[in-house]
Amino acid sequence: MSASFAAAVLSSSVLSGTSLLYATLGELVGERAGIVNLGLEGLMLIGAAAGFAATAVVGNPYLGVAVAGFACLAVNLGFGFIVIARRANQLASGLTLMFFGFGASALIGRPFVGALVSGLPRLGAFDALVWLAAPTALLLWLLLFRTRWGLALRAVGEDPAAAFAAGQRPERLQYQALAVAGLLGGVGGAHLSVALTQTWDEGMTAGRGFISIALVIFAKWNPLWALAGALVFGGAEALQLQLQARGVDVSPFLMTMVPYLLTLLVLLFWGWRRRSAAPAGLGRNFFGVE
Amino acid sequence: MRRESLLALCAAAASAARRRAPRALGVALAALAAFALLLLVDGKDPLRAYRDTAVYVFGNAYGFSELLVRMTPLLMTSVAVALPSRLGLINVGGEGQLYMGGWLATAGALNFPDLPAWALLPLMTALGFAGGALWALPPGLMRAAKLVNETISGLLLNYVAPLIVSFFIFGPWRSSESASYPQSPAFVAAARLPSFAGTRIHLGLLSGLVCLALYGLAINRTRWGLEMRAIGGNAEASLRLGIPVSGYVIATMAAAGGFAGVAGMAEVSAIQGRLVAELSPGYGFVGFLVAWLAGGNPVGILVMAFLFAVVSSVGDILQITQGVPYAVVNVLMAVILFIVLGQRRPLGAGR
Repeated sequence: MSASFAAAVLSSSVLSGTSLLYATLGELVGERAGIVNLGLEGLMLIGAAAGFAATAVVGNPYLGVAVAGFACLAVNLGFGFIVIARRANQLASGLTLMFFGFGASALIGRPFVGALVSGLPRLGAFDALVWLAAPTALLLWLLLFRTRWGLALRAVGEDPAAAFAAGQRPERLQYQALAVAGLLGGVGGAHLSVALTQTWDEGMTAGRGFISIALVIFAKWNPLWALAGALVFGGAEALQLQLQARGVDVSPFLMTMVPYLLTLLVLLFWGWRRRSAAPAGLGRNFFGVE
Repeated sequence: MRRESLLALCAAAASAARRRAPRALGVALAALAAFALLLLVDGKDPLRAYRDTAVYVFGNAYGFSELLVRMTPLLMTSVAVALPSRLGLINVGGEGQLYMGGWLATAGALNFPDLPAWALLPLMTALGFAGGALWALPPGLMRAAKLVNETISGLLLNYVAPLIVSFFIFGPWRSSESASYPQSPAFVAAARLPSFAGTRIHLGLLSGLVCLALYGLAINRTRWGLEMRAIGGNAEASLRLGIPVSGYVIATMAAAGGFAGVAGMAEVSAIQGRLVAELSPGYGFVGFLVAWLAGGNPVGILVMAFLFAVVSSVGDILQITQGVPYAVVNVLMAVILFIVLGQRRPLGAGR
């Protein structure tokens, strides 16, 4: 273990943890408002495809990331319509969103298979999205725990009927939370395709959306803990890439399993310790008080 | 007596179909229209795609037989979803369970090539069942112990199973005859499920129908089915009544995984004749949609599995004639489900 190896692993885990962190933060805001979105995997794929397509066409990676963010914001509001206004089951709707993302991203990305983009320019060691990741987590923590809006949003996630009785508007707050979640999910997906790999490949998120959902549990629904979680899981991926680059003789298939199994183990450990801090109203539909 | 009850059953089914058919037709038309709009925006010709599909699947016997081939694994993967849903469990790990069933069945085919077909095929089916059950066991155990939600663990394991398959076909089981395309050696003739004259319809269709019938009998006609419904209705009350809730959760998940595993066995034995990396174009996931739309009803599963076989052949046609990636058909499936989910009164019974 030389110092250069450790440095390479660290910088590479920050890089690959970034997309996880944005997606985790988005899911976390949605879940704080009581909405679990299993479609995050599909959402990230749409972000990755839309961001890459926009970057390849226009040539400006920042614009590409913005396009990805707003495209996913729109998609997530559509998801919101189904689960909030039409009160559909959140888990089934989320999985449907996942399917939608698989298909829509393949359609968007089709003309760009094999294309290369120059990617986000580096400012010092990392690109702008990496630098902005930790401040975003801090900002979300402040918004959720130090503003009236955040208090109302968390109240809706715990008990929408009580929040309604206290004069809040649960449905509007849930739409707002989903808008933030969509924006961040799209940015996370776009960081993967525009900055990290700089190519588009069908299904390229490879379960990162589901790992992010698990990271929300790991982070106990707290944005600051999500920072640590994303770094650890980015590290698992980075270590595997660095070991492969150094020609360590372990099957790449076995090493690729590590992040998924690690996620399961962490969930198991967390569940075992019975330290659940989940919002009480998570996954339930609010049928209004009339 | 029996004949009369059969007639009454037919009449009930017909009237249910009359009541539901217009709505189902409306959903299908709305979904097809929405998907057509999307294809138009992308500069493709949706009408040509639909016409090509209709000509291909209903224009000749072979095209139609391919629908039944595609429907076969869907029957088993949707039972794998419908069975745990009786307990209120969500099994979305069908894709991984299918791969593991195919993997363990392959181990049987490669290690016992000298067995006669009447012994080898049942052995491979049992191994397929065991492989799927093995893969559904961790989510079931972790759920029963109230440690990890079975949805997230199933989804994560879906990504691990294809890697295990890849590890074996790139490593220990790599066929020497094809260096460029990694796959296992071809199975001996005794390890191939027989297919019907000139088509790819195979004995797996029968296994699928048997799975569905077993499921229908179990949920409607046995004590297990009743107790499962009780747990799904109120787990706490069932526990107080003395029903072994944790045992049901574990056993049901394992059995469900087993059904998906048999689908994997049928795919390697009848269709591929060897283990390949791309074993399934998402049969496990589509099984979830089928089971959800059918509301867990066995006849509904049969109808929906057939419909989704048609839908997925739209994906094939689009890929062949207009160069659209197969994955795009997922949009059509998602739109169908979104329309159904967005209605205040669900299509299927209950929920």
